[in-house]
Amino acid sequence: MEFVVISLLNGITYGLLLFMLSSGLTLIFSMMGILNFAHASFYMLGAYFAYQISTWTGFWPGLIVAPLLVGAVGALVERYGLRRAHRYGHVAELLFTFGLAFVVEELVHLIWGKTSVDYKIPAELDGTLFSLFDTDFPIYKGFMMLVSVGMLVALYALLTRTRIGLIIQAALTKPDMVEALGHNVPRIFMLVFGGGTALAGLAGVIGGNAFITEPGMAAAVGSIVFVIVVVGGLGSLGGAFIASLLIGCIQTFSVALSISITDVFALVGIALPEGSQVARLTITQLAPVLPYLLMVAILIFRPRGLMGSRES
Amino acid sequence: MTQSTFRSLALAASLALMGGGAYAQVRIAYIDPLSGPFANVGEAGLKGFKEAAEILVNQKGGIMGQKLEFTGFDNKGSPQETQIQLKAAIDQGFRFVTLGNGSGAAHSLIDAVNKWNARNPDKTVLFFNYAAVDPTLTGEKCSFWHFRFDANTEMKMEAITNFMENDKKIKKVFIIGQDYAHGHQVAKAAKEMLAKKRKDVKIVGEDLHPIGRVKDFAPYIAKIKASGADTVITGNWGNDLSLLIKAAKDAGLKSRFYTYYAGGLGTPQAMGAAGENQVLQLTEWHMNVPTKNTEKFALDFNKKYPGVWFYYLRVNNMVQMVAQAMNTAKSTDPKAVALALEDMRFQVDTGEVWMRKSDHQAMQPLYISIFSKADGKTVKHDSEGTGYGWKTLATISQRDSQLPTACIMERP
Repeated sequence: MEFVVISLLNGITYGLLLFMLSSGLTLIFSMMGILNFAHASFYMLGAYFAYQISTWTGFWPGLIVAPLLVGAVGALVERYGLRRAHRYGHVAELLFTFGLAFVVEELVHLIWGKTSVDYKIPAELDGTLFSLFDTDFPIYKGFMMLVSVGMLVALYALLTRTRIGLIIQAALTKPDMVEALGHNVPRIFMLVFGGGTALAGLAGVIGGNAFITEPGMAAAVGSIVFVIVVVGGLGSLGGAFIASLLIGCIQTFSVALSISITDVFALVGIALPEGSQVARLTITQLAPVLPYLLMVAILIFRPRGLMGSRES
Repeated sequence: MTQSTFRSLALAASLALMGGGAYAQVRIAYIDPLSGPFANVGEAGLKGFKEAAEILVNQKGGIMGQKLEFTGFDNKGSPQETQIQLKAAIDQGFRFVTLGNGSGAAHSLIDAVNKWNARNPDKTVLFFNYAAVDPTLTGEKCSFWHFRFDANTEMKMEAITNFMENDKKIKKVFIIGQDYAHGHQVAKAAKEMLAKKRKDVKIVGEDLHPIGRVKDFAPYIAKIKASGADTVITGNWGNDLSLLIKAAKDAGLKSRFYTYYAGGLGTPQAMGAAGENQVLQLTEWHMNVPTKNTEKFALDFNKKYPGVWFYYLRVNNMVQMVAQAMNTAKSTDPKAVALALEDMRFQVDTGEVWMRKSDHQAMQPLYISIFSKADGKTVKHDSEGTGYGWKTLATISQRDSQLPTACIMERP
């Protein structure tokens, strides 16, 4: 019982962090149709910007300023890079963002070096929020969950309840009409891309000190965010939210299971031959692969994802 | 012969002549990851070698009047790329190579060197290993052309379990490691040795996780907690270790961590206060081992390369021993150097390093230390600017660290 509750809590926390990471990606994809391979790089930039600001003024200004800076960088990338690449179609866009990820990583190497930087959790958030069955739950994780849920609510409200949201949505399906009504559609796209990257930056500000701020951090999360977007349904914010929680819980609980593949097959009445390497693997060892297995299964059986609206 | 090929041949010949005349150096190829996820580790090693060569050899007369020089070759941490880089180094005239990161790459290199030397007895190559700790490299797969300057996994685990033997508070042990050769060997050695020395200690869990892929270790910590372990043994290094200890602190896990690599390359910085009195390491040296020269060397190094912290004493040992071997042999021929290096007893700051002839494994004093608050006295220096440093709990003499070897060496 104790273990289940703790694991569930861990799963939800991890899931909410994954949602923070992937919400910007899914926003950009659903609004602009761009699969941004450099998304995790903006996450990394957020962490490094916040680190730099925290060395001057402390954590809290960084929480606001760093995402805005990342958003500004994102907007510039859209204005002077992606918009040009867009003329040559989706493949050019894809390759552009792919290359951008490498450029960002090298820049980080040049500016901040190859080792990790000392980006610390602020003293106010460093401590225990509550203890459950003798296991502590840190304040910072609670803060992380709060920001993540806040992000979902704010995004949803912005897109469906405000004028800007309506114009953004309209610009996606009927750009000519929106332009005819006097709105600057390219600028809207720039704002959406900037906003999406700012969300990644915010995730970086919070994830950077929860984990470790180092040049490999983008590569480490780069693939999992795509899994979430695919499983949730390309372009669905709600889908991404559910997929994040699902993957968070799957990973947490599979670590907990020490049974081997042989045992799993034995449950359904199939006896595997003794002594093979594969049969002796435990579910724990497979835990990191499971999200990718889930993605493959979703692509085969439900290509539009859990809540995706389009069949592609 | 066409004119252009003649011209390029002439150019190549003149370059080769210049190479012979202008740069009379002893060159060692440093084959390790200089890009990718482990670039930070490779970079720090290369800086260490260059600095050690300059200060400890070149400024003290060099090798028979020649300078010792290290050149980086990027193997990206991969065994295949290691062989390509070895070929490149040989083509450029290198006769000595060094590598440390990843036992997979070390196995690949030892095979390639053995093959090359069998086919080219007049152009042999010698391999100095400064950090790959797979015991088989000086055991079943030992080679005359390979020398290891770090203690291997079994020696390290022997020292750790000897230390644990006397700590009667230890009742339940959990083993966690990275899912590759090194992690497997640490787990195997820990289980075998604990079973012999402490029959009352129970191994309550054993987990292997993929290397460099786990961000959130909270589920693993929950599992360790559920198992009731009071002690955790791990061979993890780099971010896999930092994140593990961070997650343990977040969940309020009070178990002690016995590690190999908590002392450097960013891990102390990532642990910060979380590691206090909870994390132990086994090393050949740390900043608070009283030494005559190394302390100053390390402080100067840290000042010269901000952000990189001096970590590998064995790099200094290796550079000096290699230089001495060349000077005594009065030769830079790999075979003569190898013969001079065998059985060498060399005084370093921490005591004597003995290069055992039977398996080419270096024997040296080892230290078990714990992460504690720097107080300016026993913990004189902190680690990576954290305010916490290493306090020696036990010293293992060179004699006590020795283990028998399974090596049957083929000698040329």
